[in-house]
Amino acid sequence: MSQHTKVPLMRIVKRESISFWRASLIRLIGLILALAASAIVIYAIVKLNPLNVYVAMFDGNFGTEKRTWVTLRDMVMLLCIGVGLAPAFKMRFWNIGAEGQILVGGIATAAVMIYLRTALPTWAMLLVSFAVSCAAGAVWGLLPAVFKARFGTNETLFTLMMNYVAIQLTSYCVALWENPFGSNTVGIINQQTKAGWFPSLFGQQYLLNVIIVLVLTVLMFIYLRYTKQGYEIAVVGESERTARYVGIHVKTVIIRTMMISGAICGLAGFIAVAGSSHTISTSTAGGSGFTAIIVAWLAKFNTFTMIAVAALLVFLEKGAIQIASQYNMNDFASKMVTGIILFFILGSEFFTNYRLVFRGVKEAH
Amino acid sequence: MQNAKVAVCMRDITKTFGPVVANDRIGLDIRRGEILALLGENGSGKTTLMNMLAGIYYPDAGQIFVDGHEVSIRSPKDAYDLGIGMIHQHFKLVDVFTAAENIILGIKDAGRSLDLKTVGEKIRAICDMYGFDIDPNQKIYDMSVSQKQTVEIVKVLYRGADILILDEPTAVLTPQETEKLFAILRNMRNDGKAIVIITHKLHEVEEISDRVVVLRRGQCVGEKMTKDTNAAEMTNMMVGRQVSLNIDRPEPVDPKPRLIVEGLTVKDADGVVKLSDVSFTAYSGEILGIAGISGCGQKELLEAIAGLQDFESGSIRYIDPDTGKEIELIGKDPREIFDMGVTLAFVPEDRLGMGLVGSMDLTDNMMLRSFRSGRSIFTDRKKPRQLAERVVRELAVDTPGLSTPVRRLSGGNVQKVLVGREISSSPTVLMTAYAVRGLDINSSYTIYDLLNQQKQKGVAVIYVGEDLDVLLELCDRILVLCGGRVSGIVPGRDADKNEVGLMMTRLGGMQCNESTH
Repeated sequence: MSQHTKVPLMRIVKRESISFWRASLIRLIGLILALAASAIVIYAIVKLNPLNVYVAMFDGNFGTEKRTWVTLRDMVMLLCIGVGLAPAFKMRFWNIGAEGQILVGGIATAAVMIYLRTALPTWAMLLVSFAVSCAAGAVWGLLPAVFKARFGTNETLFTLMMNYVAIQLTSYCVALWENPFGSNTVGIINQQTKAGWFPSLFGQQYLLNVIIVLVLTVLMFIYLRYTKQGYEIAVVGESERTARYVGIHVKTVIIRTMMISGAICGLAGFIAVAGSSHTISTSTAGGSGFTAIIVAWLAKFNTFTMIAVAALLVFLEKGAIQIASQYNMNDFASKMVTGIILFFILGSEFFTNYRLVFRGVKEAH
Repeated sequence: MQNAKVAVCMRDITKTFGPVVANDRIGLDIRRGEILALLGENGSGKTTLMNMLAGIYYPDAGQIFVDGHEVSIRSPKDAYDLGIGMIHQHFKLVDVFTAAENIILGIKDAGRSLDLKTVGEKIRAICDMYGFDIDPNQKIYDMSVSQKQTVEIVKVLYRGADILILDEPTAVLTPQETEKLFAILRNMRNDGKAIVIITHKLHEVEEISDRVVVLRRGQCVGEKMTKDTNAAEMTNMMVGRQVSLNIDRPEPVDPKPRLIVEGLTVKDADGVVKLSDVSFTAYSGEILGIAGISGCGQKELLEAIAGLQDFESGSIRYIDPDTGKEIELIGKDPREIFDMGVTLAFVPEDRLGMGLVGSMDLTDNMMLRSFRSGRSIFTDRKKPRQLAERVVRELAVDTPGLSTPVRRLSGGNVQKVLVGREISSSPTVLMTAYAVRGLDINSSYTIYDLLNQQKQKGVAVIYVGEDLDVLLELCDRILVLCGGRVSGIVPGRDADKNEVGLMMTRLGGMQCNESTH
């Protein structure tokens, strides 16, 4: 039986609780290790001074005022989708259909910009776009919710497939609104008149995007934490049986919540089209509907934490683009750096929940 | 010294979970040819200690010797290799597999092909040897709880275990099934196997064990030969002070019909009849006990009354104590029942999966029932917080604070929170399902007291229980269910335990049973 006498070298033990400062310290150590590890990789592979590379990453995000605003714009875009996903995920409704909901919101906005460009002044067009993009996103959220509530269909597959429907719909609309003819793109809509575009506030083109999304972030935080509907979402998410037991109408909550979730994602489409790209294509959502799932989960559905997560992800992405172009690296090298940083930061979350016990180390009681 | 017979020797075993010390330097010997009872209240560390033998947990400190050799048990496989087999409280079986398939699951034999026929023969041989009764080719989902338990036991024997650990094996059995199990355990003991039975029921310790070890709060507080001790002494060791073991049963005050159930028939989603033509009346000021083997309609009955169960036919009428008006409850959902002014309190079996939300704190759980009140779109947490404070104070809930998720509380405290919330609404009907399951003696008596208080306030209390001794001591009348039918209703004060046990297994009990012992 000698093979049984060895104590395991390392065991994983769950932490009972952890103080805020200790958790922050672990995350800080994670960040430092991330920078150190990627410094080694950068030096070993591309023989660059890691510090210069980090400066370049920062430059890529905040090097000029324009860059700073573009970074902010992309950040709030991701944040907006994350905020939209929060209520659905809190209800344990796996809405991975944000891409589609963004696209239909974008289509609705583009349609308003194209068909009503002479009929309405810009402020009225914005209001109409706002309303129809929310409505379009809500419908895209409503469909899987109704089927889930009525027939118990799997919402993950349903919302995923709704993405492809939205993409096909977008392709159709692009063909319909093609400009110039034969280009197979819509081009910049209302480039001359800027009808239906977000106005510049205080000379800043993207300030309105930031304001709308931050207001949404605060409202969603209040909605989830302090309203009766938010409480119902939490109960349904934890246990449908408990919800039924206390007389919550589970189907109503599922449908209502998914309409809200879809509407906010549709709104993200409105912001993307009217406030940012001023065009529509199948890549308008560009995968951010999926990235936002990471934002929502990492932040544990706390919309304020989402600000930090969205900022981190966008920072890394922009930084990667910058070092790729500045040092003539290919995409892979720069993505490796961002991958390493993300790995360490996510890895530190593990250590806020668990600790390791090594062989021979006496545990303090 | 009886070293030759000592199979397992545990020395200074310590295990902590975060700040909680589950086992504190425990020493324990398990001997061959002996049944050892490991006695203790819930949370005293019995299961944790045995899980370390079974390879589920790894001790933080201490030594384990098997047959005199120091060993390190790092996985259930290590445990099997040492001949240690544990039958857990929650069975670990694959429902869609047969008994034989479950029994050989995970065994890496020398042979490559799977010869179920030889396996079946080997299983039958084991069954004959000890008196088990199972069909190797029966699927698990077709089996009763007691059959599933038998499969678990045969499973560990098949793997050659000669040290058997059973974690509260009788919790799910009828008195008759328990007798059968005990006979088998005695057979195995006489065959020289070492047997440990984890329990918190004193009469079982007295009936089956040769030796008893008592744990309290993670420490070993006593070891006795069973014949040298008695229930009172063991209770004192277990609880740490003198406790009275009698349950109060005040006379019902002015009983009047409160809930009249007639011809209730319920089918589940697959069309299986769960309740068939159930009729009874629950009176105010009395405790109506409901006895039955687990899964023979108790859950469906309570959920039908609470408005959570689809039904085929029948009626459930509620008689308003103030107006005397009859209100039909069937077909209404919980919110409609509440809106009609019927204050129905329901303590369901699944406390954290239905009665409470595990991840929410005490305050948020208190408002589960009442959060809708008022017209504001915002929740009001002030009153729930006051209620939580009151429940914690009056029921002596042991919690770090009001903002602790209830999942972190122990079973007894979870139940106090749930019962406290349910009776705070001043109910006229109080239904409880397995209200003391998994609770230690102190918490159980707190719950019995609360039920009696409600009864004396004129509440119609319905108590679904599994421990016949408690049902017979606590309830004014006992309704016995058997396979979804009413097997009989007996007065609690002079019912016979054996007869109730028989009524649980066949309709009408003695009357239809020609061969009683």
